[in-house]
Amino acid sequence: MTGRETLPDQPLPLGQMSKGQGGYICRIEGPEATVRRLLEMGMVEEAYVEIVHEAPFGGDPVAVRVRGGLLALRRQEASCVTVRKA
Amino acid sequence: MSVSELSQPYVALVGSPNSGKTSLFNALTGGRQRVGNYPGVTVERKEGSIERPGGHRLKILDLPGTYTLDANTLDEAVTRDVLLTRKIEGAPPDLLVAVADATNLERSLSLVLELKELGFPMVLVLNMMDLARSRGLAIDLETLSRELGMPVFPVVAVKKEGLDPLLEEMLRRVGEKPRPLTQTFPEHTWTLPRHSPEEVRARYREIDRILNRANAGHLKPARWTDRIDRAVLHPLWGSLLLVAILTFVFQSIFNWASYPMDLIERGIGLLSEGLRALLPQGWLQNLLIDGVLAGVGSVVVFLPQILMIFFFILLLEDSGYMARAAFLMDRQMGRVGLHGRAFIPLLSSFACAIPGIMAARTIENPRDRLTTILISPLMACSARLPVYTLLISAFIPNRVVWGPFRLQGLVMLGLYALGLVTGLIVAWIFKKAVFRGPTPTFLLELPTYKWPSLRNVLIGMWERARLFLRRAGTVILAVSVAIWFLSSYPKPPADADSSRPAITYSLAGRIGHAIEPVIRPIGFDWSIGIGLLTGMAAREVIVGTLATVYSVEDGGAAVGEDALGRILQRRWSLATGLSLLVYFVFAMQCFSTLAVVRRETNSWKWPAVLFLYLTGLAYLASFLTYRITLYLGA
Repeated sequence: MTGRETLPDQPLPLGQMSKGQGGYICRIEGPEATVRRLLEMGMVEEAYVEIVHEAPFGGDPVAVRVRGGLLALRRQEASCVTVRKA
Repeated sequence: MSVSELSQPYVALVGSPNSGKTSLFNALTGGRQRVGNYPGVTVERKEGSIERPGGHRLKILDLPGTYTLDANTLDEAVTRDVLLTRKIEGAPPDLLVAVADATNLERSLSLVLELKELGFPMVLVLNMMDLARSRGLAIDLETLSRELGMPVFPVVAVKKEGLDPLLEEMLRRVGEKPRPLTQTFPEHTWTLPRHSPEEVRARYREIDRILNRANAGHLKPARWTDRIDRAVLHPLWGSLLLVAILTFVFQSIFNWASYPMDLIERGIGLLSEGLRALLPQGWLQNLLIDGVLAGVGSVVVFLPQILMIFFFILLLEDSGYMARAAFLMDRQMGRVGLHGRAFIPLLSSFACAIPGIMAARTIENPRDRLTTILISPLMACSARLPVYTLLISAFIPNRVVWGPFRLQGLVMLGLYALGLVTGLIVAWIFKKAVFRGPTPTFLLELPTYKWPSLRNVLIGMWERARLFLRRAGTVILAVSVAIWFLSSYPKPPADADSSRPAITYSLAGRIGHAIEPVIRPIGFDWSIGIGLLTGMAAREVIVGTLATVYSVEDGGAAVGEDALGRILQRRWSLATGLSLLVYFVFAMQCFSTLAVVRRETNSWKWPAVLFLYLTGLAYLASFLTYRITLYLGA
């Protein structure tokens, strides 16, 4: 994986990143129900997330590694999560 | 339920969906479990018991899997309500057994901390300890236990390791005697959602602190899961693999299930012959053979297929593949507004809508689930096959279209495609027009791969078989007897024209004649009218009914299916044949499906909607087919 080299300098929504990219979560914001579900699944500020798989036909949804587990979500929801370089 | 039952002491298992909670439940209770539904909802209620040394039993409840008590789904809401109110079980549990996936402690402990707030007596089970240890988990269990304030038991549920200390603790903590209800916990007052996002964040900080204290360290990545996923989730290879798996599942359902299905059919045949020999001729013999055996038999014959579908579903679910399949399919299903998980129910429905509708339980969002249920009967189930085969052989010439493709085969394929495409369009319309609302979040845990446990799969199949047979023994039995009665009585008068089939004198015959004006515009006559009525037991029953009607009419000769095809060809116009074919693509000709939808949605409203919209659609499509064929001069 080439993830580490391609970390964004500016904070970026997770939903706009591609396979192999990732970083530390700095913000989670959006509709409260979505935010709570993301938090409940372990997407919490300061956690490291990385996109490890993209679905066929357009790369949406994505599979994200977070806290040792693998989570599938659509890019729309992933965009509630803002990620920054380490 | 009587009051003494209400306060029967019990243990509740609580855990997230992939914590191996059901494996633990199976390991603890063995075969001693009862599966039913929670009243008013379609969530499965699993109750089991453990033998106490004194001969008493300890009741165990396997609560639906949940990530949080701030429920997002129907399943989660049941778990919450059992714990927080008395409206479901009557009394709160005497001991909570929280089941955590040891390979995913951070997330599992979130639920544990939430449960701890409730103040129940509680123990924590760390399941899948073998996998966690092999990935380098070196947690200090004593510290963890002290920090959490509850005993911690490391177990491997599928291998039944570490169960004895847990069992001892359960028996020690829960008394044998029923308690008076006044001693139970007060109901919690609960405003939803209870936890603000800030509180969830704080919970994770607390988890980090506890795990740090207990020296949990970081697990090595699940190497095998990562390796397998590189192929399984690969955009190209993963998609091809999915197609290959689905093809294999389908081939096996149709090829392998045919043997037990033949056996069941032959068994029913033998049974009717036996009854015919044993019982004197008369109404009782008729009722048992033509009513009960023929009717129930025509539904029970699908049991092998249903079991095989569930075998594959449970196998794929247990191994961890199913969530991946939903991931791969989500984009395609999303186009018509459905969830990735909807494709399993739809796929199953190609064999039989009943398991398909039952499998829709895995869809969290109620609107998505309902949409999936409402389009499942449009997938061409195997009961349509005999009808399609008969009508195609009668009305479609088997000429070569191009290369190996013949017209009959293409028409068959076309009928399957017509159902599927219509289903997707209907789903899209339902989602746009009826079930509007925010798009549900697609948030799915992709669990680590596991060897599926044959025991779990078999127990799951046994539960489905029981549910299905119970329905066959009640609703289907009643419907079969009713249809038999309608098509047998009244008997023809003594001076009846003997060339006229007896069924035409019966109530069914009269109904057939009575509805003829309604079905005349789509090219159907009274004989099809009778068939539509009897076909409510199961679609393929119409073939037998048509044989009855026409064989007697043609002098009582035994009529095989080929011969029946020739008779239909002679008596019906091409337009009528095509119209009936199209009718069967859409029409809701299956009482079992309606009964299942009633049970799964817990109301008569949705089966009514299903019946009306599909019958309307069928009528319209047949009308167009009939008129256009006539117009084209065929």
